Amino acid sequence: MSPKRLFQSVVVVLALLIAPSTHGIEPITLDPILESAELERIAAIDLAKPTAVSVFVPGGAGGGSGVLISPEGYALTNFHVTSPAGSFMRCGLNDGRVYDAVIVGIDPVGDLAMIRLLGRDDFPYAEMGSSRAAQAGDWCMVIGNPFLLASNLQPTVTWGILSGVGRYQYPSGTLLEYGDCLQTDASINPGNSGGPIYDSSGKVIGIVGRASFEKRGRVNVGVGYAISINQAKNFLGYLRSGRIVDHATLGATVVTDPDGGVVVSNILDTSDAYRRGLRYGAEILEIDGRIVQTANDVQNILATFPNGWRVPLTFRYEGKTTNTLVRLMSVHLPDELLEKMAGALPPPPPRQAPKPDQEEGDKEEGDEKKPAESIPDKLRKAIAGKANPKYPKAVNEQLVSRKGYANYHFNQVQQERFRNALRSQFPGGKAGESVAWVIEAETDQPQPQQVQIRIGKDKTELVVGEKTFEATSRGKLYDEVVDGSVAGMLPALDAWRRMIEKGPQKFGETFYLGSMPLAGERPLRDCMVGLDGELEVRWMSHPDSELVEVVEVFADRDEDPAELWVIRENGDEQPSILDLRYGLDSVLRLKIKSWQQVPAETAEAQPEEAAE
Amino acid sequence: MRFAATIAIAMIVSWNAKAEPPLAEWAREGQQRVVKIYGAGGLAGLEAYQSGILVSPDGHVATSWSYVLDVEPIVLLDDGRRFESTIVGFEPALELAVLKIDATDLPYFPIEEKIEAQWGDPILAISNLFNIATGKEPASVMQGTIAAVSDLDARRGTFKTPYRGKVMILDLIANNPGAAGGAVIDSEGRLIGMLGKELRDSATGVWLNYSIPAKELRGTIGDIIAGRTTSAPPPAEAMLPRDQSHDPKTLGLVMLPDVLETTPAYIDEVVPDSAAAKADLRPDDLILLVGGKRVDGQRTLRKLLRMIDRRDDVELTIQRDTEILPLVLRP
Repeated sequence: MSPKRLFQSVVVVLALLIAPSTHGIEPITLDPILESAELERIAAIDLAKPTAVSVFVPGGAGGGSGVLISPEGYALTNFHVTSPAGSFMRCGLNDGRVYDAVIVGIDPVGDLAMIRLLGRDDFPYAEMGSSRAAQAGDWCMVIGNPFLLASNLQPTVTWGILSGVGRYQYPSGTLLEYGDCLQTDASINPGNSGGPIYDSSGKVIGIVGRASFEKRGRVNVGVGYAISINQAKNFLGYLRSGRIVDHATLGATVVTDPDGGVVVSNILDTSDAYRRGLRYGAEILEIDGRIVQTANDVQNILATFPNGWRVPLTFRYEGKTTNTLVRLMSVHLPDELLEKMAGALPPPPPRQAPKPDQEEGDKEEGDEKKPAESIPDKLRKAIAGKANPKYPKAVNEQLVSRKGYANYHFNQVQQERFRNALRSQFPGGKAGESVAWVIEAETDQPQPQQVQIRIGKDKTELVVGEKTFEATSRGKLYDEVVDGSVAGMLPALDAWRRMIEKGPQKFGETFYLGSMPLAGERPLRDCMVGLDGELEVRWMSHPDSELVEVVEVFADRDEDPAELWVIRENGDEQPSILDLRYGLDSVLRLKIKSWQQVPAETAEAQPEEAAE
Repeated sequence: MRFAATIAIAMIVSWNAKAEPPLAEWAREGQQRVVKIYGAGGLAGLEAYQSGILVSPDGHVATSWSYVLDVEPIVLLDDGRRFESTIVGFEPALELAVLKIDATDLPYFPIEEKIEAQWGDPILAISNLFNIATGKEPASVMQGTIAAVSDLDARRGTFKTPYRGKVMILDLIANNPGAAGGAVIDSEGRLIGMLGKELRDSATGVWLNYSIPAKELRGTIGDIIAGRTTSAPPPAEAMLPRDQSHDPKTLGLVMLPDVLETTPAYIDEVVPDSAAAKADLRPDDLILLVGGKRVDGQRTLRKLLRMIDRRDDVELTIQRDTEILPLVLRP
């Protein structure tokens, strides 16, 4: 019986109970409040059900659930649901059809994965609610594929309330950490993993991931947990990058002070937090605008951020309160996460052996596992292998394997988008067209100094009043950034110009990192990274206009990068102000008078004349 | 019965249709009246935590009588404040204990006299099951209905509990590790029951989800709070000289060798024809109370007997398997 029918019949049964028994033949009348409540519930379920995905690992190696979040077929699920499948899975929707799906990106620490269902551009998708607005006692529902029952592709609906919000569930090692998660008494069983939990109006508020199982076996005991949708929202850009993404840490450890408050118990002097003045013994008051009072509060917030995010931090140290911004570090070293992932996956089950007994403790569920192909082999294939001949053509067309990526194809898509956006916005340019930039400006001071910037193919130059900064080599540019010099503007402009000319493929190693706040502010900006010799350059672009807003150049990882802020006024596409910052301090702010592109030779040949 | 069903529906409707805020508010008010209790355990699958309910503004906490209370328990309030507590009274036959913390003006559940809970009533169960909440984090809230109000099939040993009264059988999985002592509230936010310890049907292996009705506990909680009964040990001055008071020997009791700081007061042997034998005390009986005072070990047992004149009767409360028995030993 479908849930809709079920609820309708519940209504009928209840109605019979309250209807006068002597008038059995009269039409049933419902209390209008009861009727509207039930109709609302039915409407919410009808709205939500088409967006729930039943995930099946081909070859019968398990499965789970998921939820569609875009008409192009992007869907969220758990990392631990996709990991046995590798790159390809089959997904059922309640329209009765099975769709091929390809892996997009994975987050092994947060137990999230993005997949893409193929074959349509008009998939039904769930509207995202806010898990921050959720509170204990709110009605909610879970729709998914418990016990992989959805062999007829009709998902199972379970209904309940939120038992708690802002819960913290310890990771196993450093993987599968659930911070700021939702707890529900709606039934969650193996196979529900990766599926959506909706609020009572059908908006998705979380991704179901695990449950408390103890001595009663691997079935629901009334305690299930879901990754908050707000955490998932933070990671959407990172997952769209096709990468294997990592989580953030402050670079400091904290403890709850017995007298109240949360204080720093240890801090790395290479962390951005340290550069911003956070010290041992400092009391942390707020992170990203949220008040923290315990170590759990701090971890609850940090666990929901991807590495590299820059967020507002407020702390009190030696009686002084500081509001600042900190760049968060990665939890793992570059290759550490890949090793851990391989280590965290279950070993290949011996043939014909009974299922290992894993009844104890708090476990992730979702995998009705049957003996499957060796998983580390699959992982290796996914990381290093080529298109799998066994996969459908449509899947192979959107699947490129590369180390560090779940699926490099989706990063290429973003790179292309970035390249096109860069060439079509001011100052623009064409592929392979070598031009030089000549920017006339004056400093933003009461008594302005004249400034001239030339960004040529072999030479870059900045003239501020009487002073000339010139760089002909990458090494010189590196030094300027390390020194925190005003000439840090040069490598940023130089990289920008060359990225337009060469494109991401020829620039150096280039990849789309994901989306992140700009100096702590939303909306999340798209972040493109280009490795330029020893320099790492990041372009931050607005998600809607795609205009570059900041170009950051990192020289030494443990120093502040040079940030070139490209400020546009009055809705112009052409920038009116360039502002160079290190940390939070502006070192050179320029009003642009003109920004011209000249043939490369002209600029190189006549520097003196132009500089007067 | 139709009347009851109508009420139940009205309650569902008031939760469902009048929108979420009231339910979340009720939940929140309930959470503020539930505490986390930490004590003995932590080994061999015995959790060192359970839940409790504030039943007076002055820091009286009703909870389940269990091994967790074998040490002076720590009580954590919903606002994160942490208190050491004392056990002011307990009633083994109800599996009930009342703790006291040194605080005032606390939110609490009054236990109303006229409160009827029936099958079909929607309820919220609030507890710190699995110790999910720590510090100031609020307890977990679950919803469901009362499936039945029934006698517990305990006397025949199906469920291993000394409790013999009515229970409310719940349709939600409320009785998890750490949930014992949690609150069950009705749609008006009133306390209607206390979650009991985990019980498993010895024949089928099925776990029971139940609550002890508040009205069964009301009188005893009231007596303990009012000081009409207390199991707290009296001051030491009241002791009599050794040759004038009772001790296990004069009663004909041979206790388990006293090797621990608090060796449980288990009887090892009963001397034939002694007062103990006449009262039908048996080996393996556990002495819980002497004259209504709590016996937390053999040392306390000897101390309490020292306060009773050798010529006087001794009132004992013992546990034999799952039964709680009051006995009087006549010298």
